[in-house]
Amino acid sequence: MNDITTVPNLDSGKGATLPNTQANTSKRSFKSLLVWESGLFVVLVASVIGGSILSPQFLTAGNILNLQLSIGEIAIMALPLALIVITGEIDLSVASILGLSSSLVGYLWMHHVPMSIALSVVLVVGALLGLFNGVLVTRLGLPSLAVTIGTLALYRGVALVILGSNIVSNFPPSYTSIGVNSIPGFDISYSMFVFIVLAVIFGLVVHFTPFGRSLFAIGLNKEAAAYAGIRVKRTKTTLYVLSGVICALAGVLYTFRLSTAEYNNGSGLELNAVSLVLLAGVSIFGGRGSILGVVLAVATLGTIQNGLLLTTFPQQAMGVVVGGLLLISVFVPNASLIRRQFQEFKFKKVAKKRSNSGESMGDLETKRILSSATGGKGDMLQS
Amino acid sequence: MYYHRGTSTLPEVGKNNGTHMVTPTLALKHVRKYFGAVHALEDASLELFAGEIHALVGENGAGKSTLVKILAGLHQKDAGEMLFENFETTFTSPKDSIDSGIAVIYQEPTLFPDLTIAENIYMERQPRRSFNRIDYEEMNSSVSSIFASLGVALDPRQVSIGLSIAEQQLVEIAKALTLNAKVVVMDEPTAALSAKEVERLFHIAKTLKAQGVAILFISHRLEEVFRLCDRVTVMRDGRFVMSDLTENVSEETLVRAMVGRDVDLSERSEQRSVHEVVLEVERLSEEGVFNDISFSVRAGEVVALSGLVGSGRSEVVGAIFGIRRYDYGSVKVNSTQLKKGSPARAMEAGIALVPEDRRQQGLVMEMAISRNIALASLASLKRFGVLSSKAEKNFSKDWALKLRLKYSKLTSPVSTLSGGNQQKVVLAKWLSRSPKVLIVDEPTRGIDIGTKVEVHRLIFELARTGVAVLVVSSELPEVLALSDRILVMREGSLVGEFERSQATEEKIIALATTTKAVA
Repeated sequence: MNDITTVPNLDSGKGATLPNTQANTSKRSFKSLLVWESGLFVVLVASVIGGSILSPQFLTAGNILNLQLSIGEIAIMALPLALIVITGEIDLSVASILGLSSSLVGYLWMHHVPMSIALSVVLVVGALLGLFNGVLVTRLGLPSLAVTIGTLALYRGVALVILGSNIVSNFPPSYTSIGVNSIPGFDISYSMFVFIVLAVIFGLVVHFTPFGRSLFAIGLNKEAAAYAGIRVKRTKTTLYVLSGVICALAGVLYTFRLSTAEYNNGSGLELNAVSLVLLAGVSIFGGRGSILGVVLAVATLGTIQNGLLLTTFPQQAMGVVVGGLLLISVFVPNASLIRRQFQEFKFKKVAKKRSNSGESMGDLETKRILSSATGGKGDMLQS
Repeated sequence: MYYHRGTSTLPEVGKNNGTHMVTPTLALKHVRKYFGAVHALEDASLELFAGEIHALVGENGAGKSTLVKILAGLHQKDAGEMLFENFETTFTSPKDSIDSGIAVIYQEPTLFPDLTIAENIYMERQPRRSFNRIDYEEMNSSVSSIFASLGVALDPRQVSIGLSIAEQQLVEIAKALTLNAKVVVMDEPTAALSAKEVERLFHIAKTLKAQGVAILFISHRLEEVFRLCDRVTVMRDGRFVMSDLTENVSEETLVRAMVGRDVDLSERSEQRSVHEVVLEVERLSEEGVFNDISFSVRAGEVVALSGLVGSGRSEVVGAIFGIRRYDYGSVKVNSTQLKKGSPARAMEAGIALVPEDRRQQGLVMEMAISRNIALASLASLKRFGVLSSKAEKNFSKDWALKLRLKYSKLTSPVSTLSGGNQQKVVLAKWLSRSPKVLIVDEPTRGIDIGTKVEVHRLIFELARTGVAVLVVSSELPEVLALSDRILVMREGSLVGEFERSQATEEKIIALATTTKAVA
């Protein structure tokens, strides 16, 4: 039976692959997924210890409330964003939706609309803003990066149209106290409470429901997901709507915390939200991540930022920390891959030199070069 | 699934027919190329002489494309000899191949759309003037004169966007001429051309031949081979089969050489009892892809959709499943019309599709085996809205056992499995939904023979229990072994239907390749 050959159908440009390389790559990334959250936990413990050494105020109840308040809205926005990134898309308009919602709350309050109605209107508008993103991305098939950069500017512009240069700050203390106080009897801010409740719900949905499973399938291979009957476009649209509503909620909390509605509220916070999501171990290429990671990332980033504020670290330079963490989060999971590519590059160069100088290469060596040359982009060479 | 018993011998064309006593421009001898466990080329040989048009024919998967890619420097042979003008050569990159004087014209060339024709032709080697400026005048006039010599009315200054495929091929041919190509390889150049464009291409091919260029012409259309080519080489299963002057062979001989082999497939023994119509496809059309497709499949029946790759088979089954939209027509399951463009609805109606491309469409490669098996059945694994991990585990374990899946851990990514076992995962995913209609597109491509036999048995078993099965396959022995009825497609249309008792590989191939009607 050994003389039987199975011939791939190369006419259609698919077929032959190098199975070993494929298997190794996915095994490696599978492991790194399990390792990420524990690594994050170690960093968190280290920064808590570091913070308490650096400043005696660090572990006081007042400071911990401050920590929660400073990261609350970003943390809330990061939850739906994590889901969007898991499906392989992005939403950079989150902070602009926050700003628009804040302006809308201010505008409605300024025009004597009762707060309960104002809040309902804001949440509905948030959903519509998200729907607009979702429709552009899924129905028109536009790249989400471009679409949400566009709506980042657009929604901020609409916020300016709504409120102009007005600053609304005459909110009743019963609402603004939600923004700055902790829940009576607990050392938890309202925003952090919202985050924890949402994180529990999101964790359940993402990791224990068919819907959650479909998000990972879409992120890893949206074609195969569609072939399995998953409604890819509808799912993504749902996530953008969800993101819109939750960012609107974050906008309300932000407004109450600062007791101020202003068109540029939360400007630039999308960077922090994206950093959080990547720090959480959610793969920017989609298909990987966990809500536990997001929770740990919130705690870690909050701790580091807060700890630095207690030292003489200039607050204006906080971008260095956020940006640095973002780069590290992207670099670390890919470090082994980058190293391997670099080695292959060197190896190929050597091989090229040899073949140019007329030296013949052994069979084995040729094969090694071939497999390294086709390893990452085998499909390209096949087609 | 075929068995090779004979050994192939090298063509001795030069001696046999007395026409070519010179050394070949290009010769391949016993070339072998494996991709992992897949043997794309086993023993390929070819001799190409200056001033001839040489046809290379073979079924899908015979290794033609791999051979072309070796000539183009995209792949490197594992063993055997490649002699270019009598010197042993290896092309380590496409540049090597081009520099040696080999030009490959692909079925669908890729030009830079925003550049002019002349700029495309002289990419990376533009004629220069002082201060290293590009000499557009020289560039355009030289392309003009080449077009004139070929009798082509194209303006070198025209931007490439909007050129037809035929015109793009002409640009590639002109490029080959500016490179002084000694060998021009045309990989199925006529597949997307109109009759008129084919005539023009043939005329140009003959012009090139008169200039002493060696042309390797790959085509599925045998009548073209006989009209245009001087010699023909047949490949099968990665091996050289025969080579002769076209005037010495008949179409029949050629077809038999392409197909001919000892077929040893487990054929269905029992007569299947066929019941009511389950799947009904009426006048299904998608503009430019497939046209007016009507057929039905009964419960307990296995129907094959046969035809060449690119004839529209996979597109039709994609439309039935809803992953593609169609412009016209209808799909009914048990007399209920399906909403178009919705795989979810098709699945609810009882259709399952094992897609053509296992890695891209069938599986989420980096997801766990168990999760892939459960992916199409998640709704049934819910307990109070939450996925029961225990139910999911038992479910996938159960199906892995039923299909005799070989795995180490169900939580390992599916990419760690062999091709055959990956296919079993796809099958498990769909069979676990107990479909009424099972569509399998190339169910055994690239998998080992043992698994292949198992897959075939599985299909028989399903048909016996009353599932309506639609099989798409490029392998004729498989088509013949599996199906009760065989539908043949060519260029987007259904061109014929055979009862199994009347069907032979020769008849199917003839119907799928030639344009003249065959009874």
